[in-house]
Amino acid sequence: MTEAFASEFIPIRTPTDIVTARRAARTLCERLGFGKADQTRLATAVSELTRNVIQYAREGSCQISDTSDAGYRRIRVLVEDHGPGIPDITLALTDGYSTSGGLGAGLPGTRRLVDDFGIESAPGLTRITIALQKPL
Amino acid sequence: MKIPILRLGRILLVSIQDDLTDNDAMQFQSDLVERVAEIEALGVAIDITALDVVDSYMARVINDTACMVGLLGAEVVICGVQPFVAMTLIEMGRDLLGANCAFNLEQGLEILNRRIATRGDIHIDEDEDD
Repeated sequence: MTEAFASEFIPIRTPTDIVTARRAARTLCERLGFGKADQTRLATAVSELTRNVIQYAREGSCQISDTSDAGYRRIRVLVEDHGPGIPDITLALTDGYSTSGGLGAGLPGTRRLVDDFGIESAPGLTRITIALQKPL
Repeated sequence: MKIPILRLGRILLVSIQDDLTDNDAMQFQSDLVERVAEIEALGVAIDITALDVVDSYMARVINDTACMVGLLGAEVVICGVQPFVAMTLIEMGRDLLGANCAFNLEQGLEILNRRIATRGDIHIDEDEDD
Protein backbone atom coordinates (compact mmCIF):
# COMPACT_ATOMS: atom_id res chain seq x y z
CA MET A 1 0.00 0.00 0.00
CA THR A 2 1.10 3.54 -0.66
CA GLU A 3 0.85 6.03 2.15
CA ALA A 4 -2.54 7.41 1.20
CA PHE A 5 -3.30 11.10 1.63
CA ALA A 6 0.31 12.14 1.77
CA SER A 7 0.32 15.90 1.69
CA GLU A 8 2.94 18.57 1.69
CA PHE A 9 2.48 22.24 2.50
CA ILE A 10 5.03 24.65 1.10
CA PRO A 11 4.98 28.34 1.98
CA ILE A 12 5.81 30.46 -1.08
CA ARG A 13 7.77 33.56 -0.08
CA THR A 14 10.92 33.69 -2.16
CA PRO A 15 11.88 32.53 -5.67
CA THR A 16 13.73 29.61 -4.05
CA ASP A 17 10.37 28.30 -2.82
CA ILE A 18 9.28 27.95 -6.46
CA VAL A 19 12.08 25.43 -6.92
CA THR A 20 11.17 23.64 -3.67
CA ALA A 21 7.51 23.41 -4.72
CA ARG A 22 8.14 22.06 -8.20
CA ARG A 23 10.61 19.49 -6.84
CA ALA A 24 8.08 18.35 -4.24
CA ALA A 25 5.44 18.02 -6.98
CA ARG A 26 7.75 15.91 -9.09
CA THR A 27 8.73 13.71 -6.16
CA LEU A 28 5.13 12.93 -5.17
CA CYS A 29 4.25 12.31 -8.83
CA GLU A 30 7.08 9.85 -9.12
CA ARG A 31 6.21 8.15 -5.84
CA LEU A 32 2.62 7.64 -7.02
CA GLY A 33 3.81 5.97 -10.17
CA PHE A 34 3.15 8.71 -12.71
CA GLY A 35 5.43 8.62 -15.74
CA LYS A 36 8.15 11.08 -16.60
CA ALA A 37 5.88 13.07 -18.91
CA ASP A 38 3.33 13.64 -16.14
CA GLN A 39 6.05 14.42 -13.61
CA THR A 40 7.39 17.11 -15.92
CA ARG A 41 3.89 18.49 -16.64
CA LEU A 42 2.99 18.79 -12.97
CA ALA A 43 6.37 20.21 -11.94
CA THR A 44 6.10 22.80 -14.71
CA ALA A 45 2.50 23.69 -13.80
CA VAL A 46 3.46 24.14 -10.14
CA SER A 47 6.39 26.27 -11.19
CA GLU A 48 4.12 28.57 -13.22
CA LEU A 49 1.52 28.94 -10.48
CA THR A 50 3.93 29.53 -7.63
CA ARG A 51 5.81 32.08 -9.73
CA ASN A 52 2.54 33.96 -10.20
CA VAL A 53 2.20 34.02 -6.41
CA ILE A 54 5.61 35.66 -6.00
CA GLN A 55 5.03 38.01 -8.91
CA TYR A 56 1.52 39.22 -8.17
CA ALA A 57 0.89 38.56 -4.49
CA ARG A 58 4.44 38.41 -3.08
CA GLU A 59 3.60 35.42 -0.91
CA GLY A 60 1.22 32.54 -0.58
CA SER A 61 1.27 28.80 -0.27
CA CYS A 62 1.26 25.59 -2.21
CA GLN A 63 -0.30 22.39 -0.96
CA ILE A 64 0.44 19.19 -2.82
CA SER A 65 -1.74 16.23 -1.89
CA ASP A 66 -2.31 12.65 -2.83
CA THR A 67 -6.08 12.40 -3.33
CA SER A 68 -6.13 8.98 -4.94
CA ASP A 69 -9.31 6.94 -4.57
CA ALA A 70 -10.52 3.51 -5.59
CA GLY A 71 -10.65 4.40 -9.26
CA TYR A 72 -7.88 6.91 -9.80
CA ARG A 73 -4.40 7.75 -8.80
CA ARG A 74 -4.58 11.49 -8.34
CA ILE A 75 -2.46 14.44 -7.22
CA ARG A 76 -4.13 17.69 -6.36
CA VAL A 77 -2.27 20.95 -5.91
CA LEU A 78 -3.78 24.02 -4.30
CA VAL A 79 -1.97 27.30 -4.78
CA GLU A 80 -3.33 30.12 -2.68
CA ASP A 81 -2.46 33.74 -2.04
CA HIS A 82 -3.93 36.85 -0.46
CA GLY A 83 -2.85 39.23 -3.19
CA PRO A 84 -4.89 41.64 -5.29
CA GLY A 85 -6.67 38.85 -7.16
CA ILE A 86 -7.14 38.36 -10.89
CA PRO A 87 -9.44 41.12 -12.19
CA ASP A 88 -10.56 39.29 -15.33
CA ILE A 89 -10.16 35.52 -15.19
CA THR A 90 -11.29 34.96 -18.78
CA LEU A 91 -8.67 37.39 -19.99
CA ALA A 92 -5.99 35.88 -17.74
CA LEU A 93 -6.71 32.49 -19.31
CA THR A 94 -6.27 33.86 -22.82
CA ASP A 95 -3.09 32.92 -24.64
CA GLY A 96 -0.71 35.79 -25.03
CA TYR A 97 -2.38 38.05 -22.49
CA SER A 98 -0.08 39.33 -19.77
CA THR A 99 -0.15 42.22 -17.33
CA SER A 100 3.46 41.67 -16.33
CA GLY A 101 5.27 41.91 -19.65
CA GLY A 102 5.59 38.13 -19.73
CA LEU A 103 4.65 35.87 -22.60
CA GLY A 104 1.14 35.34 -21.33
CA ALA A 105 1.64 31.59 -21.48
CA GLY A 106 1.54 30.97 -17.73
CA LEU A 107 -2.11 30.34 -16.86
CA PRO A 108 -3.46 29.13 -20.21
CA GLY A 109 -0.34 26.97 -20.63
CA THR A 110 -0.73 25.51 -17.17
CA ARG A 111 -4.36 24.67 -17.84
CA ARG A 112 -3.33 22.62 -20.87
CA LEU A 113 -0.81 20.62 -18.84
CA VAL A 114 -3.21 19.24 -16.24
CA ASP A 115 -6.39 17.15 -16.14
CA ASP A 116 -8.32 19.48 -13.92
CA PHE A 117 -8.00 23.21 -13.44
CA GLY A 118 -10.07 25.40 -11.15
CA ILE A 119 -9.68 29.03 -10.32
CA GLU A 120 -11.43 31.37 -7.91
CA SER A 121 -10.18 34.84 -7.38
CA ALA A 122 -11.25 37.97 -5.57
CA PRO A 123 -9.20 40.76 -4.03
CA GLY A 124 -7.55 39.18 -1.00
CA LEU A 125 -7.95 35.55 -2.01
CA THR A 126 -6.92 33.67 -5.09
CA ARG A 127 -7.15 29.89 -5.12
CA ILE A 128 -6.05 27.81 -8.03
CA THR A 129 -6.45 24.05 -7.96
CA ILE A 130 -4.94 21.67 -10.45
CA ALA A 131 -4.99 17.92 -10.59
CA LEU A 132 -3.33 15.19 -12.52
CA GLN A 133 -4.86 11.74 -12.53
CA LYS A 134 -4.74 8.37 -14.14
CA PRO A 135 -7.02 5.37 -13.87
CA LEU A 136 -5.75 2.61 -11.60
CA MET B 1 24.91 29.95 -7.70
CA LYS B 2 27.26 30.84 -10.50
CA ILE B 3 27.14 28.94 -13.77
CA PRO B 4 30.61 28.33 -15.19
CA ILE B 5 31.18 29.66 -18.70
CA LEU B 6 33.89 27.68 -20.45
CA ARG B 7 35.93 29.09 -23.28
CA LEU B 8 37.12 27.08 -26.26
CA GLY B 9 38.90 29.57 -28.50
CA ARG B 10 36.19 31.94 -29.69
CA ILE B 11 33.39 29.64 -28.63
CA LEU B 12 31.73 29.70 -25.22
CA LEU B 13 30.17 26.66 -23.59
CA VAL B 14 27.64 26.94 -20.83
CA SER B 15 26.17 23.89 -19.21
CA ILE B 16 23.28 24.54 -16.86
CA GLN B 17 23.68 21.74 -14.35
CA ASP B 18 21.17 22.63 -11.71
CA ASP B 19 17.61 23.68 -11.23
CA LEU B 20 17.95 27.49 -11.38
CA THR B 21 16.05 29.97 -9.30
CA ASP B 22 14.75 33.02 -11.16
CA ASN B 23 17.59 35.12 -9.79
CA ASP B 24 20.18 32.56 -10.89
CA ALA B 25 18.65 32.63 -14.36
CA MET B 26 18.94 36.42 -14.63
CA GLN B 27 22.50 36.27 -13.31
CA PHE B 28 23.33 33.65 -15.91
CA GLN B 29 21.88 35.87 -18.64
CA SER B 30 23.94 38.92 -17.76
CA ASP B 31 27.13 36.93 -17.10
CA LEU B 32 26.89 35.24 -20.47
CA VAL B 33 26.07 38.37 -22.46
CA GLU B 34 28.99 40.21 -20.82
CA ARG B 35 31.38 37.35 -21.47
CA VAL B 36 30.35 37.13 -25.14
CA ALA B 37 31.02 40.84 -25.58
CA GLU B 38 34.29 40.65 -23.68
CA ILE B 39 35.89 37.98 -25.84
CA GLU B 40 33.84 38.75 -28.97
CA ALA B 41 32.74 35.15 -29.07
CA LEU B 42 31.76 33.81 -32.47
CA GLY B 43 29.57 31.06 -31.08
CA VAL B 44 27.78 30.08 -27.90
CA ALA B 45 26.47 26.65 -26.95
CA ILE B 46 23.99 26.52 -24.08
CA ASP B 47 23.57 22.99 -22.76
CA ILE B 48 20.36 22.35 -20.83
CA THR B 49 20.54 18.55 -20.68
CA ALA B 50 20.30 18.67 -16.89
CA LEU B 51 17.14 20.81 -16.79
CA ASP B 52 14.11 18.63 -16.14
CA VAL B 53 11.75 21.60 -15.82
CA VAL B 54 11.70 24.53 -18.22
CA ASP B 55 8.70 26.69 -17.44
CA SER B 56 7.60 29.73 -19.44
CA TYR B 57 9.88 32.00 -17.43
CA MET B 58 12.99 29.88 -17.96
CA ALA B 59 12.08 29.44 -21.63
CA ARG B 60 11.89 33.19 -21.98
CA VAL B 61 15.23 33.71 -20.24
CA ILE B 62 16.89 31.17 -22.54
CA ASN B 63 15.25 32.66 -25.64
CA ASP B 64 16.07 36.23 -24.66
CA THR B 65 19.65 35.27 -23.86
CA ALA B 66 20.00 33.62 -27.27
CA CYS B 67 18.61 36.75 -28.97
CA MET B 68 20.88 39.07 -26.99
CA VAL B 69 23.94 37.04 -27.81
CA GLY B 70 22.82 37.00 -31.44
CA LEU B 71 22.52 40.80 -31.42
CA LEU B 72 26.13 41.03 -30.33
CA GLY B 73 27.16 38.98 -33.35
CA ALA B 74 27.55 35.44 -32.06
CA GLU B 75 25.91 32.24 -33.30
CA VAL B 76 23.88 30.39 -30.67
CA VAL B 77 22.69 26.86 -30.25
CA ILE B 78 20.67 25.33 -27.39
CA CYS B 79 21.71 21.75 -26.68
CA GLY B 80 20.06 18.82 -24.97
CA VAL B 81 16.40 19.77 -24.53
CA GLN B 82 14.94 16.73 -22.75
CA PRO B 83 12.05 14.94 -24.51
CA PHE B 84 9.57 15.61 -21.70
CA VAL B 85 10.65 19.23 -21.53
CA ALA B 86 10.01 19.53 -25.28
CA MET B 87 6.56 17.96 -24.90
CA THR B 88 5.62 20.20 -21.99
CA LEU B 89 6.82 23.36 -23.70
CA ILE B 90 4.84 22.67 -26.85
CA GLU B 91 1.74 21.75 -24.86
CA MET B 92 2.01 25.01 -22.96
CA GLY B 93 2.52 27.22 -25.96
CA ARG B 94 4.03 26.82 -29.35
CA ASP B 95 6.60 29.58 -29.40
CA LEU B 96 8.11 29.32 -25.96
CA LEU B 97 11.49 28.12 -27.11
CA GLY B 98 12.32 29.31 -30.58
CA ALA B 99 16.10 29.20 -30.68
CA ASN B 100 18.15 26.77 -32.73
CA CYS B 101 18.56 23.47 -30.98
CA ALA B 102 20.78 20.41 -31.13
CA PHE B 103 20.55 16.98 -29.52
CA ASN B 104 23.74 17.36 -27.54
CA LEU B 105 26.79 19.51 -27.01
CA GLU B 106 28.83 17.66 -29.61
CA GLN B 107 26.28 18.24 -32.37
CA GLY B 108 25.81 21.79 -31.14
CA LEU B 109 29.50 22.52 -31.55
CA GLU B 110 29.49 21.09 -35.06
CA ILE B 111 26.57 23.32 -35.98
CA LEU B 112 28.30 26.35 -34.51
CA ASN B 113 31.55 25.65 -36.31
CA ARG B 114 29.75 25.16 -39.61
CA ARG B 115 27.76 28.36 -39.20
CA ILE B 116 30.82 30.34 -38.19
CA ALA B 117 32.70 28.97 -41.22
CA THR B 118 29.97 30.08 -43.63
CA ARG B 119 29.87 33.56 -42.13
CA GLY B 120 33.32 34.15 -43.56
CA ASP B 121 34.80 35.96 -40.57
CA ILE B 122 36.64 32.95 -39.26
CA HIS B 123 39.97 34.63 -40.06
CA ILE B 124 39.45 36.53 -36.82
CA ASP B 125 40.45 33.28 -35.15
CA GLU B 126 44.00 33.85 -36.30
CA ASP B 127 44.42 36.81 -33.96
CA GLU B 128 43.46 34.64 -31.07
CA ASP B 129 46.85 33.80 -29.68
CA ASP B 130 48.41 37.23 -29.58
